Amino acid sequence: MERYEIRLSGSGGQGVILASIILADAAIEQGLNAIQTQSYGPEARGGASKAEVIICRDEISYPKIRKANILLSLTQKAYDKYIGSLDRDGLLIVDEGIELSGNDPIKAYRLPILKNAIEKFDTGMVANIISIGAIYELIGEDVIHKDIMIRSISERVPPPTVQKNIEAFEEGIRLIRGYYE
Amino acid sequence: MNDKGYKLVQGNEACVEGALAAGMRFYAGYPITPSTEIAEICSQKLPKLGGKFIQMEDELASMAAIIGASLAGVKSMTATSGPGFSLMQENIGYAAIAEIPCVIVNVQRGGPSTGLPTSPAQGDVMQARWGTHGDHPAIALTPNSVQETFEYTVKAFNLAEKYRTPVILLMDETVGHMREKMTFKNISQIEIVNRKKPSCKPEDYVAYRPDEDMIPPMASFGEGYRYHVTGLTHDETGFPTNSSHVSEGLIRRIVDKVEKNIDNFSYYEEYRLEDAEIVIIAYGGVSRSAKSAVDELRKQNIKAGLFRPITIWPFLEKQIYMVSQAAKEIYVAEMNLGQYSLEVERVACKNCRVKKINKVNGELITPEEITEAIGGSYEL
Amino acid sequence: MNCSETTSKYYRVNRLPHIWCAGCGHGTLTNTVVRAIDKLKLNKDEVVIVSGIGCSSRAPGYLDFNTLHTTHGRALAFATGIKLANPKLHVIVIMGDGDSSAIGGNHLIHAARRNIDITTIVFNNNIYGMTGGQFSPTTPYGDLATTAAYGNIDKPFDLCSLAQGAGATYVGRATAYHAVLMQKLIEKGIQNKGFSFIEGLSICPTYYGRKNKKGNAFKMHSFLKENCIDKKLVDKDPDKGRNKILIGEFYNNPQPEYIESYQVIIDMFQG
Repeated sequence: MERYEIRLSGSGGQGVILASIILADAAIEQGLNAIQTQSYGPEARGGASKAEVIICRDEISYPKIRKANILLSLTQKAYDKYIGSLDRDGLLIVDEGIELSGNDPIKAYRLPILKNAIEKFDTGMVANIISIGAIYELIGEDVIHKDIMIRSISERVPPPTVQKNIEAFEEGIRLIRGYYE
Repeated sequence: MNDKGYKLVQGNEACVEGALAAGMRFYAGYPITPSTEIAEICSQKLPKLGGKFIQMEDELASMAAIIGASLAGVKSMTATSGPGFSLMQENIGYAAIAEIPCVIVNVQRGGPSTGLPTSPAQGDVMQARWGTHGDHPAIALTPNSVQETFEYTVKAFNLAEKYRTPVILLMDETVGHMREKMTFKNISQIEIVNRKKPSCKPEDYVAYRPDEDMIPPMASFGEGYRYHVTGLTHDETGFPTNSSHVSEGLIRRIVDKVEKNIDNFSYYEEYRLEDAEIVIIAYGGVSRSAKSAVDELRKQNIKAGLFRPITIWPFLEKQIYMVSQAAKEIYVAEMNLGQYSLEVERVACKNCRVKKINKVNGELITPEEITEAIGGSYEL
Repeated sequence: MNCSETTSKYYRVNRLPHIWCAGCGHGTLTNTVVRAIDKLKLNKDEVVIVSGIGCSSRAPGYLDFNTLHTTHGRALAFATGIKLANPKLHVIVIMGDGDSSAIGGNHLIHAARRNIDITTIVFNNNIYGMTGGQFSPTTPYGDLATTAAYGNIDKPFDLCSLAQGAGATYVGRATAYHAVLMQKLIEKGIQNKGFSFIEGLSICPTYYGRKNKKGNAFKMHSFLKENCIDKKLVDKDPDKGRNKILIGEFYNNPQPEYIESYQVIIDMFQG
């Protein structure tokens, strides 16, 4: 397996930090090395929010991402800010509401993440978990087992919302699978 | 937890786990980014263990409260960041002269003043040594990973208890906020040190009369040893004195009890140092960048190595001197404008060139910044 | 118990004589603390006296209990740690006026707000004596001090109102002259399960008195005698309180105590 440097970006309150924690948690459960870091502004809601996960078999020294090979952006502002840091061979996942600049890698996925969160799950709160589903589908089951991902989600979301979040995770997987169909 | 016993843990969380494993049962603090998780987790966990958490009105009070609790016999801790650390200096000095064991965690952020609340920095290195007024002992430890944060929080308590002195765990935002794997295996086998208690009868107790190890046994308030504690310069009985002879002896003893024992707690890591001509000295979060930089330089056939002090105070004079004898150049990389490098220069400058790699923009120094600084100036 | 018995039982006689000036009210006030402890038959090993910095804060050093002389203003914060760590201990804090309400004002209001079971006694002499006579937050308006060369333009605190407003559940005031009342208030303060605040008006003939031409210690004590009136008498006849300093028990209203409330949380997790 290669080294995954995943950057998740959006606005405060969208749960990108939690999403990054779930990913890192699952990677460690899988027996891999992972480091999760974040940067954030003074706002608890709104403002820019960025989280990073590095997943690798080897020990990880420098804990930050140099060149992301997966970038998730849920807001235009986050996309504009971080698209330049995505490797040319990397993978881009953005919400469909984002206008692409044209500087994107070949593999770019514009997905109805925020729309489906509200239409299918009645809450924008699951947008982060739909995003994890999409990222997971790109990383692949040979890196992290699906049941480990689901367990990690179940342990980190509020107990009454576990089922809804697992479905949101599946929704993210479906969005990627159906993308080029 | 996976089958090897690893779990994803945040640095600040590991600090609390280490403190609880060491026997910490009293926490007083004031919320401040990026240390707040430590207070939050303590508030959740301590009552479950019968311990006490209190959110004080400020950091002056937090520091005072942990000294009070320690005097009552309970291992105590507070955690803060730069602005709060400044306020704590007053009573850190009190703990030093009154010889009260306690642990102060400083998760460093950008300064001075309110600075960069959510960004890492290492600007409090000299403050950890000289922040409070007057001559005093200082022990400060700088972990660079989540696992180490756990382990060195335990050691911080052990040193505080053993030497009856405040101990500073000098973290930075990078280490405090990052999450990585940590194992809780072997927790039951951790060495725990408790303060030395008096074995004499209360009427024979002379509160500040040191044993041969320079450390006086410490009774807790409420145990029948009614004694006096003051921040004034005091004699062996604990009562204030203006005697120049006694004052000199007291200050020298509290400094010596720590500095003359440095060999017992000289913690450091050497990485690819065997044949290194270029030595990077880095600690805390930056040392992780330095390690990556060493690997990169080695790929370029540059004989680079890393010396990473974990015990940052007292200064590891002996070890740094030896490193400087073998090295052609030393680069001190730190997220300040050159603090630890002053000490390195003092010890190493006769043996080799000492250069600085500094950054104060709120971002971790990158491995590339280190390799470029070295590649750009290294003379073969 | 007569004076010498109290002295030998509760004082560290080898630490005497004390540092206070002749005529200072602090010795009398210290004695009221000791007599209250004696009256309540508290176990000396379980009594902790904590002080800050200033003339008043030297009191614990003369007393044979667990004693802690802390930093300026912080006595209540140290005391909070002690009491919370070992609730069995009777924690009594002795502070000065500047100590408690200037540099330590924030700690005072928050300790009161928490209603933690600490008895706080302020020796109020209206001046910073230890540093040589600077005005404090209780120096009357217009009075002279070494840092109020043309008269003090700061308005003084009413410490008892401050403490009560912040949440103290037992509040009273007496003076170095009204030592019997002072002792009684301290006894009740110690018995109150919560934050108790007792102000003891002291006198400083050396600095405040001399600077403001208040006469010698005898005259200053006489002033306290003649100008203070018990609140109970004023309650019956408000006219009697005109231009007088109120003394007596001002407030006695037990409320849930901080450490007891914390214990409820601990108990949630036991068995």
